[in-house]
This record gives sequence, structure tokens and C-alpha cells, in this order.
Amino acid sequence: MGSPILFFILAFIAVLSALGMLLSRNAIYSALFLVLNFVTIAILYLVLNAPFIAMVQITVYAGAIMVLFLFVIMLLGAERLGGVASSRDWEWATAGILGGVLLLVFMLELVLKPGGGTTELAATFIDTSPAALGMRLFEAYVFPFELTGVLLLAAMIGVVVLGRTKKRGKDV
Amino acid sequence: MFSTVTIDWYIILSVTLFTIGAMGVLLRRNAIIVFMSVEMMLNSANLLFVAFARQLGDLDGQVLTFFVITVAAAEVAVGLALIVTIFRTKHSISIDEINSLKG
Repeated sequence: MGSPILFFILAFIAVLSALGMLLSRNAIYSALFLVLNFVTIAILYLVLNAPFIAMVQITVYAGAIMVLFLFVIMLLGAERLGGVASSRDWEWATAGILGGVLLLVFMLELVLKPGGGTTELAATFIDTSPAALGMRLFEAYVFPFELTGVLLLAAMIGVVVLGRTKKRGKDV
Repeated sequence: MFSTVTIDWYIILSVTLFTIGAMGVLLRRNAIIVFMSVEMMLNSANLLFVAFARQLGDLDGQVLTFFVITVAAAEVAVGLALIVTIFRTKHSISIDEINSLKG
């Protein structure tokens, strides 16, 4: 699953950019840190033999979704609203405790693994070309795929309805 | 022990990112940043899907990642539209101010 050095560098950048997103005062910086995080994870996808997912991650997440985020931040002028500084001390303490408990529960799962700790890696690289992914998608996952279409249509109609202005007499 | 990267390392990374995202949801007041934190939590789950797909030599994990990305995109579109609508009526997107269903 890749060389340890590469993994450490990428994981370090990913965690650091995630913390940067959490702690930035300015929402624009948060969004840009998140883009860095997404790109780092896309490189990890490449390491994990998932090149098509990596490209989808960059185009859809780092491209489309983050552009939408930045657009809305700039549209609303919301970049300096509700920084971390406005959070009170007891909120930090509570969030820290809850986050620690969450981390502990997940790590406990890892330690108490029934298999004894050794994880066997699949020996061969499977075919993860877009063609192979498409075949799997349209053979085993046709119904979820159709549901996805319905979901996207519903989201699109919802956004249009929400974004409509209230002036009844003129257009709409 | 440190010669090869095992699935455990990816689990640890993914869990760390998920926890940071959850703390972002708990700590931040800016509704847009809360949304970004949710995106990061979804993304950490995606990373684990792909890591297990590599681990098990199976394509299903990668296909499931597609569905997660699709749901995330739909969620962001609707969520940001809601934020813009709330901003129009309340002139603020601090989640402390959003305490009533009827604007």
C-alpha cells in the first residue's frame, strides 16, 4: 500500500490541513485548506490503486464543490463571521472531551481486533480502470445508480425552489 | 513493523480526519464551515472505502465511493442554497442565530 515515507508525508499534510481548516479565522482560508486536504487524499487514492476515483475526487470535490463553497462565502461576505475566537472555553473543553472519546472508541476497535493484528494485503492489483468500474456499477449497482439520478433531480429542484425570489407578480 | 503500510495506518488517518471534522461541527459557529467539516467527515469515510477496496482486492469499495461523492454533492448544493436563503432573511449565518423554523 505504498511506501511508508510517502504515506507519512501525505498523512501529515492531510492532518495539518484539516487542523488548519478547523482553526482558521477566515472562512476563505478554511476553504483553501480543505482543497489541500482533498488533493492530498486524492494522491492517497492514487497510491491505493484507484486512479479514476482520484480524478473524480479532484474534479468533483476540489473543483466543483469547493468552487461552490468559495462562491457562497464571497457572495455572502461571510469570511470573517463566527471565528474560533468566539467559542467559549467550556465549549473547547467539551468538544475536546467528546473528540477524545470518539478517537478512543475507534482506536479501541483497532486494538481489540479479533484477528490478532495481522492484516493480509491482497496480493494482486485488480483492474480499476474506468471501464471495469463502469461494468461493476451497471451490473451490480444499477438500482442504486438510478436512485442517485432521482436524488440529484430532487436536489436540483430543491435548489431552484429555494433560490427563487419571492416576487410573485412579475416572473417565476 | 514500519516496512510496509498496512490497513491500520489508513484507519488511524481516517479516524483522525473524522474526529477533526466532528470537532469542527461542534466548535465553529459559521454555518459554511460546519458544512465543510461535514464534507471532511464524508471524505474520511471515502478514504477508508478505497483503502479496504485495495486491502480486499475488491472493486465494490470504489463503487461505493461514487455514491458517497454524489450524495455529498447533492447535500452541498441544497445546504448552500439553504444558507443563502437564511442569510437573505436574517442577514447572518451564525448557527446561534438560527433558532426558529419560521423566519
